[in-house]
Amino acid sequence: MKRFINDPYDVVEEMLEGYVLAHKDYVELLTEGEAQGRVVLSKAAKKKDKVGVIIGGGSGHEPLFLGYVGPGFVDAAVIGNINTSPSPDPCYAAAKAVDTGKGCVYLYGNYAGDVMNFDMGAEKADEEDGIRVETVLTTDDVISSENIEDRRGIAGMFFVFKATSAKADMGGDLDEVVAAAQKCNGAMRTMGVAMSSPTLPSKGGPIFEMEEGDMEIGMGLHGEPGVRRGKIEPADKVVDQIMEPILADLPYVEGDEVYVMVNSLGATPLQDLHICFRRVAQILEAKGITIYKSIVGCMASSMDMAGMSITLVKLDDELKELLDYPCDAPYFTQL
Amino acid sequence: MSDYILTKDYFIAVIEDLVVLVEEKKDYFIELDSAIGDGDHGMNLSIGFREVNKNLETWKSEDINTIFKNAGTALLDKVGGAAGPLYGGFFMKFGLPVKGKEEVDFDEFILMMESGVAIIEKRGKAVVGDKTMVDTLRPALDALKAAYTEEGLAPKEAMKKAVEVGEAGSDSTIPIIAKKGRAMRLGERAIGHRDPGSASSAAILEVFYKQMP
Repeated sequence: MKRFINDPYDVVEEMLEGYVLAHKDYVELLTEGEAQGRVVLSKAAKKKDKVGVIIGGGSGHEPLFLGYVGPGFVDAAVIGNINTSPSPDPCYAAAKAVDTGKGCVYLYGNYAGDVMNFDMGAEKADEEDGIRVETVLTTDDVISSENIEDRRGIAGMFFVFKATSAKADMGGDLDEVVAAAQKCNGAMRTMGVAMSSPTLPSKGGPIFEMEEGDMEIGMGLHGEPGVRRGKIEPADKVVDQIMEPILADLPYVEGDEVYVMVNSLGATPLQDLHICFRRVAQILEAKGITIYKSIVGCMASSMDMAGMSITLVKLDDELKELLDYPCDAPYFTQL
Repeated sequence: MSDYILTKDYFIAVIEDLVVLVEEKKDYFIELDSAIGDGDHGMNLSIGFREVNKNLETWKSEDINTIFKNAGTALLDKVGGAAGPLYGGFFMKFGLPVKGKEEVDFDEFILMMESGVAIIEKRGKAVVGDKTMVDTLRPALDALKAAYTEEGLAPKEAMKKAVEVGEAGSDSTIPIIAKKGRAMRLGERAIGHRDPGSASSAAILEVFYKQMP
């Protein structure tokens, strides 16, 4: 195992301890009561009378989720064990910590465990404190199902977090904030490719075996199998195979304007990401699709997995305004 | 009413054995979950049962229901994922039919099992054939009831039957696609792999059997 950890049982707690120390201007860790040390709270939370925006999921995807907690961005992130949804009480505690009376929205990827735990947290917030909590699931992974509502959420959820937080910060009411989240989720599609398994600290080794020199098109953020395994090909050919299903799915057509994200799954260097981005730009230009803005970097990882994903968001004036809205979080700042 | 009695000590011994079981089988569950999930099942159960173990001593003076409620709450809090609400829910509901009691008869034991399995089915929205822990638990529970109340088997014999049927239920998850959970999106690629939740459920049932007097 090529990881810097201590006891595998302490990975999440030690990471959170380090995170809030490193970014103490932005966040604090809620440790009392139901929060159980698993709620990363923005120091800007409740400073403004607005809808609370809460995100969360398993750890191992940093800078997702905690990296996006800050003013203009989300109010709190709820952190689970590695690749595992947080439990209901921290989800509840987050709602209690950020609610200003205008209600809250939970945003997270569409995974069975997350849905169960966040739903139980939302029920508790309603029953015990009368806090209205709405949920929007992100479902951007085109390859994970034919049915959009069955798809899992991967790197594209960053855009949903961004747009939803902007709408809340602009003063939108809960229904408007939920509508913004749904709109952004509906406008984006992602697909990934991986070349290695992440290292699971508890196992001291890879989650799954992957032959040296192999890649898997469509692999999920937790190493869920994709559509096809084969030999690693040149970057352009790999990007072609990812862009084709993405473009066909929405579909994205001539005249569209898009926000592009080329995301590292953890171990893939920026050098490679930009080589991939170059190809994305060529494909889009050939299709007559305009790139409005782009993010190239590690925004949603799978620990030390080698691989990348591409996300396109189809824009209109409203989504542009929301995605351009100023925010300041440790792992994403928009001036 | 039957005169077969399961005491609080039996249930405490079951919990203590579950703690040992989860440590012993951690790597096995991780392997199963790595094949069709994300590899977290073994580690998360271990995190949960370590928390149970840490506190069990202080719960021992409580009644059966409270002990299981505490254990379930610990699992719900510490495990997360789908297994937290499911196994946490199982133990939180397990003692509800026998609130305040220090020992139970076998009819009550069956009610406890029903109460626990029902919350797993409800929360997981799963039925037999979905490739989940329900594939183990539901047939096992039905077999337990039939063996005891209809076929007239002795309690421990009936539970043995339930364990066998549960194990067969877990085996039945191997050749099928998943309709729930993270493996659902694998389609046919889940075929040939045992569902990790069905395996841990079968192992848990066996602990209940082995400790029976």
